[in-house]
Amino acid sequence: MTVEPLFGPDEISRTIRRLAHEIIENNHGAVGLIIIGLLSRGYPLAVRLAKAIGEFEGVTVPVGRLDIGLYRDDVTRRTAPPKVRPSEIPGTIDDMTVVLVDDVLFTGRSIRAALDALIDYGRPARVRLAVLVDRGHRELPIRPDFVGKNIPTALVQTVQVHLAELDGEDGVYVFGEEAAHA
Amino acid sequence: MLEVREEEAAGTSIEAHWKSKDLLDTDTLTPADIELVMETADAMHEIRSRPVGKVATLRGATVVTLFYEQSTRTRASFEVAAKSLGADVVNLTAAGSSVEKGESLIDTVRTLEAIGADVVVMRHGKSGAPYLAARHTKASVINGGDGTHAHPTQALLDLFTIRRHVGNVAGKKVVIVGDVLHSRVARSNLWTLMSAGANVVLCGPATLIPRTLAGAGEQGSCEVTTDFDTAIEGADVVMALRIQKERMETGLIPSLRDYIRGYQLNARRLDRAQPGALVMHPGPMNEGIEIAPDIAHGLSSVIEEQVTNGVAVRMAVLYLITTARQP
Repeated sequence: MTVEPLFGPDEISRTIRRLAHEIIENNHGAVGLIIIGLLSRGYPLAVRLAKAIGEFEGVTVPVGRLDIGLYRDDVTRRTAPPKVRPSEIPGTIDDMTVVLVDDVLFTGRSIRAALDALIDYGRPARVRLAVLVDRGHRELPIRPDFVGKNIPTALVQTVQVHLAELDGEDGVYVFGEEAAHA
Repeated sequence: MLEVREEEAAGTSIEAHWKSKDLLDTDTLTPADIELVMETADAMHEIRSRPVGKVATLRGATVVTLFYEQSTRTRASFEVAAKSLGADVVNLTAAGSSVEKGESLIDTVRTLEAIGADVVVMRHGKSGAPYLAARHTKASVINGGDGTHAHPTQALLDLFTIRRHVGNVAGKKVVIVGDVLHSRVARSNLWTLMSAGANVVLCGPATLIPRTLAGAGEQGSCEVTTDFDTAIEGADVVMALRIQKERMETGLIPSLRDYIRGYQLNARRLDRAQPGALVMHPGPMNEGIEIAPDIAHGLSSVIEEQVTNGVAVRMAVLYLITTARQP
């Protein structure tokens, strides 16, 4: 079976550049910013965002990666427990503006876990949330500050983001019943 | 365009995960199991290096350490590991428990299970005792050392430590010197090291080395020799084992002086190994007997690091076993 992506590489690239501008505007520049991506697919997005922000502002923006496996609320309810990987946070997050980055925002439970994980590293001045895709169906009071694409979905559907760094190509896919068409 | 694989469309990606209820020895671990422990331990190592080296993942789980033999590092290491993952820990030693009143091992583990133990970490003087315990309880049993048989978490932490220094272990020469015959550490290490592709040399006095262990595995190999000076040539890792005084009393070694002359890991011998070869010891050490003090605390020594890494590796094992218990 062959499926066309809902969004391709060009669209994703434009979206990341727009998100970078929004983050700079919101933060009044790039000072005190640290971009932290959730493993696995939030991290390459964080790297791209930091690079774009760095280019626009002429600075180097620190990037970190956060594994939330040990902070999930369903660790003991899954048939296969999540594989845990090392997190890596450069320097301190104390008094910084942390932008958490993930590929798809769904129930909000990953972000809750990420906030728990983040607090173990220090006390940031503020935490913002940037996602490439918001597909709705929140189960917790969590909302994103920067959204790439809003994709209304049914619960039975699956949204997958593919990134060149991990999957060899960029693309946003929707699977399942009545998949939306661009 | 994308070729859709069935399992992806169904939203269930297939990942290696832990399957066995217990960890009794390393000989039943597949290379994928070992890799999973190593990768998980990497993440645990990072947690331990944070300002707050603790997470709440295993809150609600109860880990019992049941030690019929004395221990400092293994028991303390398991306790810190379990607490770092948020589990509750109960420490039992044979002295002061109902074992002194004659309670059998089977009754003891059943009682612990009835109390609500999810994991029992057990050390026992008799080889095979944890296997008996594991058969009679639904709790997971982790072997913390049984007689002269096995000490799986020590072998895993040794491999983890070696990997952090030399990277890929395949083709590396690892010399284990001392009382190999009575060493559960050597035995468990042999399986993990060979599985990782190392060339292992077991070395010691003729009365203290099992010649039957020589041979080649699918990847690594094992050689047995009495000549330490030759064995250590070009070694990437040298692991000295504790020599127990009772071996002398039973006549297996003629005298400590003879042992030191033939098998002590000292500066002169270490010069024959690869430059920067790792010096390891499972502890507790008899400094001046199996290892010279300047080597035990020298630049090449990773002996303290072994202890530190032990916590991360035991966290990994506790995490994998406890989460695998759930439906």
